[in-house]
Amino acid sequence: METFFLYTAIYLCLIMLLSLYRAVFGPTVLDRMIGVNAIGSKTTALLILIGLIYRRVEMFVDIALAYACLNFIAVLAASRYFQKRKGLYDENH
Amino acid sequence: MTLVAAIFIVLGLFFFTGGSIGILRFPDFYSRLHPAGKLDSMGLLMSMTGMALYVLQDLSLGALLTALKIMLIVVFVFITSPTATHAILDAGVRAGLSPWTAPEKEENG
Repeated sequence: METFFLYTAIYLCLIMLLSLYRAVFGPTVLDRMIGVNAIGSKTTALLILIGLIYRRVEMFVDIALAYACLNFIAVLAASRYFQKRKGLYDENH
Repeated sequence: MTLVAAIFIVLGLFFFTGGSIGILRFPDFYSRLHPAGKLDSMGLLMSMTGMALYVLQDLSLGALLTALKIMLIVVFVFITSPTATHAILDAGVRAGLSPWTAPEKEENG
């Protein structure tokens, strides 16, 4: 079962690259935030997978909970910050 | 039990994959929020349920507590993910980004 978890974790990392493309090349700032949010929620699952691989789930669960909380606060703060600014780039206008 | 956990984790991976491809391929960021929300909710619910079932295999108090914490993360994400999605959407609306509309098609009969 550890092998299965290992391959799952590797696959999640590969999926993260897709979201990383959106975070790096996104046309607007909000596209980048969507990419970062998606990477964060995948990391929450990845942390518990790492805990299952190393057989230390009870420690990694707390780290995953803290990471989910941090991800939420980061996205909320960034969106509150950017809605007051004109720095959002609109490709159509 | 292990098989059920593996099936749940693979279902979660399916939702993660679909969400990531959707974020890549949708035309503008309003529509990209839709797969982002699905990825947060369904992918995390499925994969976390699988991991909690795997942890629950040896019935002890510690394992029960760990599984409960894993499901607590799911409850937390179910509250915070729509809030974060709504905050991003609100920032876009207030910044005046116009939503994507389909290009004009030729009318055939």
